[in-house]
Amino acid sequence: MTDLTSRAPSPTDSAPARNVGFYAAWGIFIVAVLVLPLIFRSGGSHTTFSLIGIAAIFALSYNILLGQTGLLSFGHAVYYGLGGFLAVHGMNAIAAHGLPVPLPFVPLIGGFAGLVFAIIIGWVSTQRAGTVFAMISLGIGELVASSSLILRSFFGGEAGITTNRTDLPALFGWNFGPQIQVYYLIGFWLIISAIAMYALTRTPLGRMCNAVRDNPERVQFIGYDPHVVRYLSFCFAGFFAGIAGALAAINFEIANAAYLGAVQSGVVLFATFIGGVGYFFGPVLGAVVVTMLQLELSDVTSVWQLYFGIIFIGIVMFAPGGLTSLLMMHRPLLRAGTLPMVLPAYLIALVPTLLFACGVILAIEILAVYSQGGSGSGTIHLFRIPFDLASPMTWLIAAVLTIGGFYVARMTWRGVTDAWDRAMTVARERGYHA
Amino acid sequence: MLELIVISTLNGVLFGMLLFLLSSGLTVIFSMMGVLNFAHASFYMLGAFFGYQLTRWIGFWPALVLAPLLVGAIGMAVERYGLRQTHKHGHVAELLLTFGLAFAIEQVVQMIWGKLPMDYRVPALLDFPAFTIFSTNYPAYKMFMLLVSVVIFIALLIVLKRTRVGLIVQAALTHPNMVAHLGHNVGRVFMMVFGVGTALAAIAGVIAGPALVTQADMAALLGPILFVVIVVGGLGSLPGAFFASLLIGLVQTFAVSVNGSLASLFGPLDPSIGPSLLTDVWNVTIAQIAPILPYVLLVLMLIVRPMGLMGTRET
Repeated sequence: MTDLTSRAPSPTDSAPARNVGFYAAWGIFIVAVLVLPLIFRSGGSHTTFSLIGIAAIFALSYNILLGQTGLLSFGHAVYYGLGGFLAVHGMNAIAAHGLPVPLPFVPLIGGFAGLVFAIIIGWVSTQRAGTVFAMISLGIGELVASSSLILRSFFGGEAGITTNRTDLPALFGWNFGPQIQVYYLIGFWLIISAIAMYALTRTPLGRMCNAVRDNPERVQFIGYDPHVVRYLSFCFAGFFAGIAGALAAINFEIANAAYLGAVQSGVVLFATFIGGVGYFFGPVLGAVVVTMLQLELSDVTSVWQLYFGIIFIGIVMFAPGGLTSLLMMHRPLLRAGTLPMVLPAYLIALVPTLLFACGVILAIEILAVYSQGGSGSGTIHLFRIPFDLASPMTWLIAAVLTIGGFYVARMTWRGVTDAWDRAMTVARERGYHA
Repeated sequence: MLELIVISTLNGVLFGMLLFLLSSGLTVIFSMMGVLNFAHASFYMLGAFFGYQLTRWIGFWPALVLAPLLVGAIGMAVERYGLRQTHKHGHVAELLLTFGLAFAIEQVVQMIWGKLPMDYRVPALLDFPAFTIFSTNYPAYKMFMLLVSVVIFIALLIVLKRTRVGLIVQAALTHPNMVAHLGHNVGRVFMMVFGVGTALAAIAGVIAGPALVTQADMAALLGPILFVVIVVGGLGSLPGAFFASLLIGLVQTFAVSVNGSLASLFGPLDPSIGPSLLTDVWNVTIAQIAPILPYVLLVLMLIVRPMGLMGTRET
């Protein structure tokens, strides 16, 4: 259960060089959150940034479970959704009764809602880890999602519950009507939550979570109850998921059953895992990638979710540490200055790999048009190159690219492995270890 | 009332046997390989869609044989080229691989066959009422489904209890490492078990397709119930999976046919209260909560007996 999630960097390593890197990473993160919307000024990009911010908090909260404690949950959206619903009800109540609570405090309502439900549900579901926990989280997720359609007065049935964020009292003249103000609200909570969640990993509890993830039996021997540790971790994850849900409710001004559903739980799992569970910022990267994919791919192709699934399968099979671990793999080479030894092999491997990818994409698109249109005629455009669907040439190109690309790519990746080993050996000789 | 009980029992046993066709494969795969195959219901869906397509091309009976073979081959390929590669990264990665696979299969099915239900019809040979009971015609096709699942159940029992292959599989259920130490080609055994398991799921899909709805979301609907079955039965226990399948089949079928609610039992609430959570709970019928009953059962089971009905092994 643990091989995959146990590659977090060692905490005791406090070399000055690493400290600089640590503050640099946080500095870049905070500056990026604050400055990016000033560079990209269009309303569309502000919406995108808001979605990314929400997804990042949600994915970070998920990583408390998956990365820190080794709990694979298929129902994390329950706390996100309940946080969202409670936040909407809270906002409506504040507006109706004229309470002096400005909007920036509303995410706390969602957070405490997530916390309360995690406290209730968590005790049963964290009794065991591993596959059993995964199944229970799935079952509870389905239970809550189905119940939300029955309890209409609270969840609003299929339509959901709407609210109006501008009805709340303004703060410093901000009424949070424009998207940019909502973005900065999300960014504020993103920074606060990220710092809080990072601090959590540094507490004794966070360390115990890692211990429970790696060796629960040993944890029992030294006098801790793994169940309690898992439970506490689960409660914190629920709290931050609730904050993310409340921010989503503020952003969309609606909460509906989709917030709680299996799709939402799946997306956060995808984001966290694609980003990488071994590093704290992995889920943030994953949230950026997945949100951008969701927004951009859906414009380009009708079967974007299939590509999404293929990317996920590819990450699971070939880079189970996620994108961050792929990047961090190169750090010792970069420090030792042996990275240039690998780059030529990368460039050689890149060509057949891209051709293979093009072949797969072409095949999928042909199949998609063929089965949806039915007629099988017409042209599709791939990177602005027109392909005639009726001609056998197109099929041939797709087949050659896919099969040929696959075999050539496999050969060239062996070259990459060799070059990698050579570069790594030199790096080790110079005293830089992975 | 008696009519309702008889018909619901028949339907419930039928649904339970279908569930067992799926959960038996899932349980054996889980016990041997430690992998909970998230995509198991997707193979069931593939079976239904392959069955539908092959029925249109070559007729129902060849499809009944061919579709499971095809799906079994796909299952074996998944084990050989997917799970075996991922095994070194641990069980989480394996579970996630099957999760991604379930997602991808649903998308592929949606891409090829669309989102609408298929016009998958009962074969003409079986399109007649088998018998009439209390003025209700019971379709022959449902009896055929029951027959197929019972035959497979018996065949499975014989293979597991009376053959050498069954002996190895049974041994691997409880002592997977020992079986490997005794020199069996565990890789091949795993591949065969995975293939047979997915083929069983496909048979369930082919025969359930015409009776239930053949649609791209059928895997997503059935999958979670399947996991409830094997957790309630006890992870890794075949008899447990059998009884849990029947239990959940019967519970769901009976719940759907009962229209009672708290309101019909105790009378409606005072309308002056207005809509609230209480009125929601008061007015909901048992038929409406049928879809969530398996999950309620799951939670209750975990509180009362976390091992499941017949589970013995810690996971």
